[in-house]
Amino acid sequence: MIRATGLTKDYGSRRAIENLTFEAKQGEVVGFLGPNGAGKTTTMRILTGYMPPTYGSAQVAGFDIISESIEVRRRVGYLPETVPLYPDMTVFEYLKFMADLRHLPNAGDMVDETLELVQMKKRADGYISNLSKGMRQRIGLAQALLHKPEVLILDEPTIGLDPAQVVEFRNIVRDVGKERTVLLSTHILSEAQQLCDRVLIINKGRIVAEDTPENLQARLVGAEHVVLRVKGEADDLLPIIVKIDGVQNAKLQPDGMVEFQFAPGADVRPEVARAAITAGYDLLEFRPVGLSLEEIFLQLTQDNTKKER
Amino acid sequence: MRNIWTIARREYRHYFSSPIAYIVALLTLLTVGVYFVVIIYYLTNQSYYSNTAPGIDIVIGPMATVFLFATPALTMRLLADEQRMGTLELLLTTPVKDGELIIGKWLGAFLFMLTIIAITLVYPIVLNKLTNPGIDQGVLISAYAAIILLSAVFLAIGTAMSSFFNNQFAAFFATLAMLVLFWWLIRLPTYIIQNGTINNILNYLDLNNRFTTMLAGTMSLSDIIYPISLTALGLFLSAIAVEIRRWR
Repeated sequence: MIRATGLTKDYGSRRAIENLTFEAKQGEVVGFLGPNGAGKTTTMRILTGYMPPTYGSAQVAGFDIISESIEVRRRVGYLPETVPLYPDMTVFEYLKFMADLRHLPNAGDMVDETLELVQMKKRADGYISNLSKGMRQRIGLAQALLHKPEVLILDEPTIGLDPAQVVEFRNIVRDVGKERTVLLSTHILSEAQQLCDRVLIINKGRIVAEDTPENLQARLVGAEHVVLRVKGEADDLLPIIVKIDGVQNAKLQPDGMVEFQFAPGADVRPEVARAAITAGYDLLEFRPVGLSLEEIFLQLTQDNTKKER
Repeated sequence: MRNIWTIARREYRHYFSSPIAYIVALLTLLTVGVYFVVIIYYLTNQSYYSNTAPGIDIVIGPMATVFLFATPALTMRLLADEQRMGTLELLLTTPVKDGELIIGKWLGAFLFMLTIIAITLVYPIVLNKLTNPGIDQGVLISAYAAIILLSAVFLAIGTAMSSFFNNQFAAFFATLAMLVLFWWLIRLPTYIIQNGTINNILNYLDLNNRFTTMLAGTMSLSDIIYPISLTALGLFLSAIAVEIRRWR
C-alpha cells in the first residue's frame, strides 16, 4: 500500500507538488491523471525513494520513504518515464544485473519467468540497442516486475506503444493489480478509465479530484455532448434542431456540422435524426463528443474555486 | 559488499564494449612499449651507460604520465552518463546505498586499470632476462605498488568529478585539471616557499613526489596511507554529490 500525507516538493523557488495526501490499497490500481508538468513524475520519484519530499511524509509497503528508504526500494518496482536501459547489454544480462542488485535467489529463473510474462523470451540474447521502442518499454516493465514487488509504480507506461501492445500492457497491469498495489500515471483519460479502480486528477501540483472513473465521469458530464454532420451546409438545419424539445446550446460548426447538448436521460438524438432527414438532409455522422482532458481540468478547477468561495 | 561487486562487474564489462577503453589500453601499452624498446636500445649501444642496468622505472614512469590523460577518459562517463541515460534514476531506486554505487563504479574502473597494469608485467620478465644479475625484486614490488596506488587515486578523483557534473566533457576537463593540480602544480609553490609548514604540507600532498620515491624503491608508511586517504576522500565526496542530487 501507499499512504502519502501532505507531500510537498520545491525545486528551488518553484513548487512542483503541494500538500498531496492520498492512499492506494493492496489490490488496487490507482491512476494519476494529469497534464504534463502537473507533478506526477515528482510524486512518483518521491514514493520510489529517488528523492525526498521538501515537506510531508509517505509510507510505501509499510515503510517510511525517508527513514526506511532501502526497505521501501526493496518492495517497489518502478518504471520511470524514460525507460532506463543499458544499450550495451543483452536483455538477459540487463535483467540479471537488476536481479543481482535486488539479491534475488535463483535470479536466472526469475529473469526467464518475467521475460515470459512480458513476452520477450525470444529476444533474451539480443542487445537492448537493437530493440524497438515497444520492446524497450516491455523490458522496462520486466525490470519493475522482476522481484514481484508489493507496490508497482509506473510513470506513463504506455507512451510509445502501438495499440496492440497497449492492450497487452494493460492486461499485464490489470493482472498484477489484483494482488498488489499499482500506481500509474497517464495523461490519457480513457486509459485511466479502463485500468484504474480509482483516479486521482492532479493539476499544477495539487489533487483536484479523487474518485472512481465512473463517478468522475458522472460528475463531469453535466450534459451529453454530441455532434451531427450532414452532407452540404447545415445553415438551414440549425433552426430546425433548436426548436426540438430538450436540445441545448446548439451551435453551427463548419463542414455541415451541428454541435448540441442534451440533459442526461433525455436523449433527443432520435428526434434530431428524424428532423434532419425529414428536412431533406443526408445524415452522415452522429457522434458523442468526449470531454478533453483540458475541459475536465477546467471544469474541476472551476468547481474547486466555486467551492472555496 | 555484494552490490558493490555487482556494479563493479557491470562497469568492468562495459569497458570492453566501449572504444575509449581500447584506445586507453592501446595508448598505454604502445607508449610503454615504445619507451621500453628505445631505452633498451639506447643503453645497449652507449658505452657510457653500459654499467647501468635499466630498472623497472622505465616502464612505470611513462605509465603514470599516460594515466594522467587516460583517467579522465575512463571516468568521465561513470556517473555523468548514467544521469544522461536516465539509468541513475533506476540505480537510485534499487536497494543499493549511494556509497555502494560509488565504490562499485570506482572498483570497475580500477579493475580495468589493473588489467592494463597486469599486461605490463611482461616487461619486468624481459628486463630480468636482459640484466645481470636481474632486477631488484624489492624495487619491482614498490614500483608496482606505486602505480596501483596512483591509479586508485586518479580514478577516485575522476569518479568524484563525474558525480559533480552532468556533462561528460565537463567531467573530463575537471578531472584533468584536478590531476594536473595534484601531480604537478602543487609542487610549484615549494620552489618559492622553501621551508616552513606550508612547504611541508605541499610536499606531503604532492603525489608526484611520493610516486618518484616509491619508484626508486623506498616506501614509507605515509606513501601508502596518503593515496589511500585521498582515494577514500574522492569516493566520499562522490557519494555526497549523489546524495545532494537527490535533495535538489
